[in-house]
Amino acid sequence: MNKIPNRQAICEVLMDKVKTDKDIVVLCSDSRGSASMTPFANEYPDNFVEVGIAEQNLVSISAGLAKCGKKPFAASPACFLSTRSYEQAKVDCAYSNTNVTLIGISGGISYGALGMSHHSAQDIAAMSAIPNMRVYLPSDRFQTACLIENLLQDEKPAYLRVGRNPVEDVYKEGNVPFEMDKATVLCEGTDVAIIACGEMVKPSLDAAKLLKEQCISATVIDMYCVKPLDKDAVIKAAQNAKAVITVEEHAPFGGLGSMVSQVVAAECPKRVINMTLPDAPVITGTSKEVFDYYGLNAKGIADKAVELVKNV
Amino acid sequence: MDNLTAFSYDLRKKVVEMIIEGKGGHIGGDMSVIDILITLYFKQMNISPENMDDPNRDRFVLSKGHSVEAYYAVLAAKGFFSMEDVIANFSKFGSKYIGHPNNKLPGIEMNSGSLGHGLPVCIGMALAGKMDTRDYRVYTVMGDGELAEGSVWEGAMAAGHYKLDNLCAVIDRNRLQISGSTEDVMHHDSQIERWQSFGWHVIDVKNGNSIDELDAAFNEAKATKGQPSLVLANTVKGCGSKVMENVASWHHHVPTEEEAKQIFADFEERREACI
Repeated sequence: MNKIPNRQAICEVLMDKVKTDKDIVVLCSDSRGSASMTPFANEYPDNFVEVGIAEQNLVSISAGLAKCGKKPFAASPACFLSTRSYEQAKVDCAYSNTNVTLIGISGGISYGALGMSHHSAQDIAAMSAIPNMRVYLPSDRFQTACLIENLLQDEKPAYLRVGRNPVEDVYKEGNVPFEMDKATVLCEGTDVAIIACGEMVKPSLDAAKLLKEQCISATVIDMYCVKPLDKDAVIKAAQNAKAVITVEEHAPFGGLGSMVSQVVAAECPKRVINMTLPDAPVITGTSKEVFDYYGLNAKGIADKAVELVKNV
Repeated sequence: MDNLTAFSYDLRKKVVEMIIEGKGGHIGGDMSVIDILITLYFKQMNISPENMDDPNRDRFVLSKGHSVEAYYAVLAAKGFFSMEDVIANFSKFGSKYIGHPNNKLPGIEMNSGSLGHGLPVCIGMALAGKMDTRDYRVYTVMGDGELAEGSVWEGAMAAGHYKLDNLCAVIDRNRLQISGSTEDVMHHDSQIERWQSFGWHVIDVKNGNSIDELDAAFNEAKATKGQPSLVLANTVKGCGSKVMENVASWHHHVPTEEEAKQIFADFEERREACI
């Protein structure tokens, strides 16, 4: 089992790249530890800015740095970054078109038992609704590293959400199929298309294996690029399947499921089931316990697929 | 430009024309802030249409973005765009001259309009200057009503912490906001003590509509090392005409034909008096 969380993968890429690119700046809001950025702060103090517990300031300062040629990466818990500093993300990053990468750490329900104040189950909806803001939820440490390397190549704002805990690898080191803003097709089938993002990709892939044992073939798509959504991949997967399932660590409204449903309804109408967190504070527990409770695991996804395929 | 005070009345006239043509505008704050903008753009900052790509240029963010009409007039006077064009098109359908600053227009660094953003953005600009050991200066102008925004004080804390002596914030202290006196809406005084307690060098400008007094304040800020400077510009809302001065309802108002006639006459009288 992998022990490197995606947040650590981000730090490792930035520590490597800053050696030759002195414009890279990491900013934290008393969050360097939880962002796995302590090694960066210690080794590159001139490229690190601590703003204290002040998320609005974090984002606006990042925008000002970007406006003067810096490449800021602002890392703060996703629950605060996506709501407390929402207006700064909208006005100073997206509207002013500054080269700021917002890194929402401990995203979704990573903080488990800490309660709804510390959960970010609305960040995809919130950030996606802002014109000129891109939204990415990478699935494992290798894809996270590819994404950071690609984000360093452009000068546009982006919001990136990663979880707190290490997640099982989806890809293999040195062999990560990755094209910017294009979904990755993990396997192809003709019965059901499972489209997932972030931490839900691995259980979706495992669900496809369970389904295979029941002679149900599934397409599994890693839609790390929630916005801009890879519409072509959605349409192709939906066309080749009898029904579509979306899986995400997010509230039922405005997330990946909503976006996929819009595309499928408009382009190739099929039944679409959205597997999400509830529209309510989630039950108390570790993130695994919470996922299991709501069926956001391999068995739950497979069961939903079986039920769906039977009823199509 | 020898007599900037006389010039300020020429620009005030352009602002009023813009607001009449656009059928809307924050006229009271335009009149209080315009002398601050003229001093910065014509006496202090090295910003011009020719050097906007120069990394060593000074940086400016109008945090009180609703005073955009005064900002447009000053930018047009600096040659960033045509004064006639902005007066003819301000706020019109499809116009690029919208009711708050937008960085698709030449000369404007950041979009603003939502209050409490300018200071933190300028902290980022000032930090970048320190990182790159450039000697440019960073300026922002806030309204006094704006100071109720919590993000202003996040910025005040950070700028003091990082001892950003390349940063100068200005408060257009006209003591009125849309609902009335700033002291009635939310107690503000003493701004001097508040900013000093955050580690800022505070310069109290008695007449914040005096270009000479403002110029001296900015020179003092420039000479201040080891801490950011705050220029507390005690201005008059609606400054320039007795029709508007110190009247809260002129925060956002389009002058009638009769009011405009009196306003233009007042501008001319004061212009003549300073020649």
